[in-house]
Amino acid sequence: MTAIALSHVRAWRIPAPLLAGVLILCGMLVAALVPGAIAPYDPIAFDYAALLQPPSLAHPFGTDNFGRDVLSRTIFATGVDLQIAFFATIAPLVVGTLVGLFIGFYGGLADAIFAQVVNLVMTFPFLVIVIAIVAVLGPGLENMYVAVSIVGWVFYARLTRAEVHVQRQSDYVAAARVLGYARSRILFRHILPNTLRPILVFWMTDMSLKILLGSSLGYLGLGAQPPTAEWGVLIADGKAYFPAGWWMAVFPGGVIVLCGIGFSLTGDGLADLLDVKR
Amino acid sequence: MTPAPILTISGLSVSFATPHGIVRAVDGLDLAIGAGEVLGLVGESGSGKSVTLRAVLRLLRRNAAITGRIDWRGQELLTAPERRLRDVRGGEIAMIFQEPMTALNPVLSIGLQIEETLAAHTDLGAAGRRRRAIELLSRVGIASAAARLDDYPHQFSGGMRQRVMIAIALAGAPKLLLADEPTTALDVTIQDQILKLLRELAGDLGMAMVLVTHDLGIVAETCDRVAVMYAGRICEAGPVASVFAAPRHAYTLALLRSVPSGGPARQPLDPIPGQPPRADRPIVGCPFAPRCGFATGACRTTRPPLEAVTPDRVAACFEAARLPAWREAA
Amino acid sequence: MNRASYTAARLLQIVPTFILIGIVVFVLVRILPGGPVAALLGDKASDEAIERITRQLGLDAPILVQFWRFLETIARGDLGDSIAYHVAVVRLIAERLPVTLLLTGMATIFAIALAVPLAFVAAVTQNRWPDLAIRGAFQVGLSSPIFYVGLILLTVFAGAMHIFPVGGYGETPGEHLYHLFLPALALALSFSAVIMRSLRASVIEVLSAEFVDFARAKGLRRRIVLGRHVLRNALISTVALIGLQIGDLLGGAVITESVFAVPGVGRLMVDSIFARDYPVIQGLTLALAVLVSLVFLATDLVQMALDPRVAK
Repeated sequence: MTAIALSHVRAWRIPAPLLAGVLILCGMLVAALVPGAIAPYDPIAFDYAALLQPPSLAHPFGTDNFGRDVLSRTIFATGVDLQIAFFATIAPLVVGTLVGLFIGFYGGLADAIFAQVVNLVMTFPFLVIVIAIVAVLGPGLENMYVAVSIVGWVFYARLTRAEVHVQRQSDYVAAARVLGYARSRILFRHILPNTLRPILVFWMTDMSLKILLGSSLGYLGLGAQPPTAEWGVLIADGKAYFPAGWWMAVFPGGVIVLCGIGFSLTGDGLADLLDVKR
Repeated sequence: MTPAPILTISGLSVSFATPHGIVRAVDGLDLAIGAGEVLGLVGESGSGKSVTLRAVLRLLRRNAAITGRIDWRGQELLTAPERRLRDVRGGEIAMIFQEPMTALNPVLSIGLQIEETLAAHTDLGAAGRRRRAIELLSRVGIASAAARLDDYPHQFSGGMRQRVMIAIALAGAPKLLLADEPTTALDVTIQDQILKLLRELAGDLGMAMVLVTHDLGIVAETCDRVAVMYAGRICEAGPVASVFAAPRHAYTLALLRSVPSGGPARQPLDPIPGQPPRADRPIVGCPFAPRCGFATGACRTTRPPLEAVTPDRVAACFEAARLPAWREAA
Repeated sequence: MNRASYTAARLLQIVPTFILIGIVVFVLVRILPGGPVAALLGDKASDEAIERITRQLGLDAPILVQFWRFLETIARGDLGDSIAYHVAVVRLIAERLPVTLLLTGMATIFAIALAVPLAFVAAVTQNRWPDLAIRGAFQVGLSSPIFYVGLILLTVFAGAMHIFPVGGYGETPGEHLYHLFLPALALALSFSAVIMRSLRASVIEVLSAEFVDFARAKGLRRRIVLGRHVLRNALISTVALIGLQIGDLLGGAVITESVFAVPGVGRLMVDSIFARDYPVIQGLTLALAVLVSLVFLATDLVQMALDPRVAK
């Protein structure tokens, strides 16, 4: 009995990597929601007495060319980047999942057309098509969300469609059919919950990719526009003072890497926990 | 009369470390194979037959813990250095697997897969290896062998793939062939052809063979001796005719009763009640005792030793003397 | 299907793909607010100017006629003229594309050279410290934005140690390789992480295949078992993955070229956006999509060569 009880406990213990990932993301979330509570300085207060100060106890990340505290600016930028992660992925997630659900369940002509759409979307480099759309719509975060969503839903739809195909073959769906359940009930009550597991895992990866994309566009000047403090914009600001004022770019970049690791650890951990094969 | 053994396995135990704890697959197994003899190793799935074969060539994964002794013509294989082991593998002891589709590399031509064994174990040059590969393929019954050297495994039928695997095994001119359920994946008619081929090759080449199977009919047709396995141990071993006529282990008897005999007199089948013991808990006494109609108190507390019951037979059963002959028992 | 007919069928598939790419680029420019005229003239154009440009671009013709003319001009190799540079877009792309191809080619070689041996070590030491260290390092690589990696490489190797130039492209082939070394390294890092992850997983899968046991049972050296039996099978799925990554790699090149001031098509793309050089953006989008579909084609053919089962 003890052996069984122990193995039960072991199976439900949260793995250390997942815990670390969730903790990182929780920290980011706090910084995003209440930046004023943890940032030591006002992120936009100029201090001409402390221009381009290297990291110190007073300014752990140093100060920028206007004497602003880089740590505080990085903390205040967190909200912008987490917004990017959310708004650049939520429409593709919802639309793509629904489309994939219907295509996978009803198949037929829609399935054949979808296969062509996937092939076509794959031939356009993601960043290039996003830049091309942003070029016409004009730079800025909202237009970036639109551009990303126009293409991004396809990846969720493809994943959902594949998962629905697996679920359709399963015994419980066959049983539900034999019991005479309505198709919509089978689709939403039985198939959808199971397809959501891989979608959730992919969402974690996608959010970290979109933060990379958002900061890249911010760096190029096509994403968040100054004076919005976004991590990529902070690095772009710091580039002019590289390498002498290295801290202006290095610390915000390190936070991007940390955030990406947080999402990856969480995604991998969830994949193990939910038994999702990647 | 049993010929002098070339392979002697004594006290072999194999356990695996898994996420769910230690799992014991082989538990103090003793077995000897004579030169040129064809031995059938039978048992239910999970009884440790395949693990035993793989342990002989040390093909088990890193999570396996192996203890005991494996004496190959006077040499201990479990402690042999990697170099020496490579000479034994394929060159002295060859092995064929159950499913040729997964045991042959799908992206390499079968010619290359034969020739690499020749390269490892002979001094033949490239041209010589190719000639020898064609001979081997013809020998196992593959028509127009020269034309098929450059074909890939998926271009052969199931039976032909098994013949290719046999040809590869023969390439190193082994003294012993370990055959792990070589016909289980095949159609019945093809099974017979492959078994005949194996039997014939063993005779012609003076090669000993261990044939793992769960099919007693195959043992009766193909083998000289039989060894019966249960829960990682040998229950009994001896000449096929004498073991089948008068089992000296209660499990052998139960096994014989549970399968169609194929004889003229149709006998009712008698499945063995219960389940084999769990491999993740230690076994006290005889592992078969909980399912055995003959078990006594000693069977449940003391492990029965594997002892000679006649000059050419061994068995590990306290109640061997009480067992009826098989046909009479029915 | 034999190999010749498989190859022919795959080659023929490229034709509808090209046409679909044409449709997407054509539609993209026309469905977006303002369309090409606004893109050309900006929001504050006079009605007169809009009308003139509309006629000049033939945008007053029926949509199907416009599409036919669009295909016709593309088929002639005419992508229009750049507004900013006053030269043919085709010429601009032809000048700059080799730079980007060299950059992405070098990055691919770096990424493979980095990923393949490390993936192998990680796979055979699964869940022990070398594996954990390699996976941890690549995880950092995967989470690092390319422009950030580029900046750090630039600071360390160009700024502090003066081993490499800070950017540009140089004049001679040797200088090209020298100038592109750091940009290619920056671009290779996250790419190699993707390859490493996939190859490690497939090596682990192949290692548990029965043909690996059979190869060992034949008495083959470990080197042959791993090199011939394991690597070859594991590479098949990885080759497909490398091919599919070409889009992301070109996207990465856009950023890398901006960081290192490399005069390739990526930098041209970004410059053109700020210059509202719409014909260049359209031409580049088209050219890069065609390039990607050609790489997909090559990937399929390489995969066929590696895997005899593809074309039975």
